[in-house]
Amino acid sequence: MAGATTLSVHSRRRAKPRVITEPAWLRRTLILIALAFLGLFLVLPLVAVFSQALEKGIGVYFAAIREPDALAAIRLTLLIAAIAVPLNVAFGLAAAWAIAKFSFPGKNLLITLIDLPFSVSPVISGLIFVLLFGLQGWLGPFLREHDIKIIFALPGMVLATLFVTFPFVARELIPLMQEQGSEEEEAALVLGSSGLQTFWRVTLPNIKWGLLYGVILCNARAMGEFGAVSVVSGHIRGRTNTMPLHVEILYNEYNFAAAFAVASLLALLALATLALKKIAEGRVHGELAGDTDSTAA
Amino acid sequence: MAVKKHTVLPGFGLALGCTVLYLSLLVLIPIAGLLLRATSLSWMEFWEVVTSDRVLASFRISFLASLAAAGLNGVLGLVVAWVLVRYSFPLKGLVDGLVDLPFALPTAVAGISLTNLYSNSGWIGSRLEPLGIQVAYTPLGIVVALTFIGLPFVVRTLQPVLEDLDPEVEEAAASLGANRFQALRRVVIPSILPALLTGVALAFARAFGEYGSVVFISGNLPMRTEIAPLLIMTKLEQYDYAGATAIAVVMLLVSFSVLLFINLLTWWVRRGAARA
Repeated sequence: MAGATTLSVHSRRRAKPRVITEPAWLRRTLILIALAFLGLFLVLPLVAVFSQALEKGIGVYFAAIREPDALAAIRLTLLIAAIAVPLNVAFGLAAAWAIAKFSFPGKNLLITLIDLPFSVSPVISGLIFVLLFGLQGWLGPFLREHDIKIIFALPGMVLATLFVTFPFVARELIPLMQEQGSEEEEAALVLGSSGLQTFWRVTLPNIKWGLLYGVILCNARAMGEFGAVSVVSGHIRGRTNTMPLHVEILYNEYNFAAAFAVASLLALLALATLALKKIAEGRVHGELAGDTDSTAA
Repeated sequence: MAVKKHTVLPGFGLALGCTVLYLSLLVLIPIAGLLLRATSLSWMEFWEVVTSDRVLASFRISFLASLAAAGLNGVLGLVVAWVLVRYSFPLKGLVDGLVDLPFALPTAVAGISLTNLYSNSGWIGSRLEPLGIQVAYTPLGIVVALTFIGLPFVVRTLQPVLEDLDPEVEEAAASLGANRFQALRRVVIPSILPALLTGVALAFARAFGEYGSVVFISGNLPMRTEIAPLLIMTKLEQYDYAGATAIAVVMLLVSFSVLLFINLLTWWVRRGAARA
């Protein structure tokens, strides 16, 4: 969705003169309202995950995580992310290179189309692949003849994950590379380096924090996606269950402690994502300012 | 932005080719497949599916709950963005970082956690129950989950706009005799309105399609707390592909309308900036 996940590429604030601020009582009230809202809607749910996970003791917690079905879910989640994230990184780099460094007709349409998966419901993101590859789908009969399983198997889950995480890397890189322009690359080419060398030695170091930022967001969504993967997974325990799906099954079996234990791993992933994001965000401002001293080595 | 001149950079054909190919295979063809599939239904059949009582009820619930959540986020998100940009208070950096939690936390985790909090035995639910307020397994629960999901959109859309707001305009308003509330109402609000509307529209679009966080807290009662994405899921499980496709097409139309609305807003802002 446009704008919301993107880094702000704007200058930081300046000091505000007195005439343009509010009276102290109003400032305090507004701060209180904001903190109460965030506390109620963000902090409390987060705290609840960990407190519920540990409610029956640390032994139950680790038992729930080490149980074979949970381990299988963790492995599958990591596998799907390990396939989906690099593919979307490659796509994101190609898309950003074409869009940021060149001008061509239909560019704005292309940018809109890249954002498209953000406005499609996760359930529909799964449904479209069922309609293509499912038994009643367009390619269903062909796939059955050749004994290829896509839906209710790994390939379908990877496809659904690719679809929902498709825009993340591209939409972080496009504005960043557009702001940076292409003078440095042009200079490198004029000085005789090849296209690939220019990309590795000039472009990539310049965008590495922005790229990392996109990768982090892409990975978080890939590991946490529920709706789209749920449609194509078939929920076969120990085989096509990712971590979020495993959480759902445990929860529906009223095995709350175990459900929250697995959920707490995903919550930790979310916290790590936020921390890394904060770091990358600071560095991206450096990249925009043309500050490359961190790459001196 | 600088005017693009002829460039010596290589790789345009390859990069654009890969982009368009990947985009087509992964996004455009599957979505076109869904739309094509819908055309295999006759107009009457399509109409019958999407106007059946249960489907209409699910659209109504999805639409109203998303609207309520987006509205709530519009008001409170404005307060949060304002406070984060204009005021200083302890742990502000941490609070600011936390705003993105709904982007990072898997929806299923948010779903079970919110359900736990708002059920009758939960920390919040047990306090609301004596007051006669039931949140979990009611439409109110859906609004709570959708508010969580949409929370970052308004804040993150408004923040850069508020940061870029020229303080001189507010100073001018003050020196011309406007009091603080007049300055806010006449100067600040109009200049951030497009961003606010964009944020609300993004939150609405996200909420309308949301599945993971809602299915746990809503109780999924047909006609009462069954959202449209869940109904697609139910139809799929019954191998009613035609029904699922018909509902999906209507949902896509709503999403694309919101997308169009957001693009028009952006265009409106750019035109305003060009004239200024």
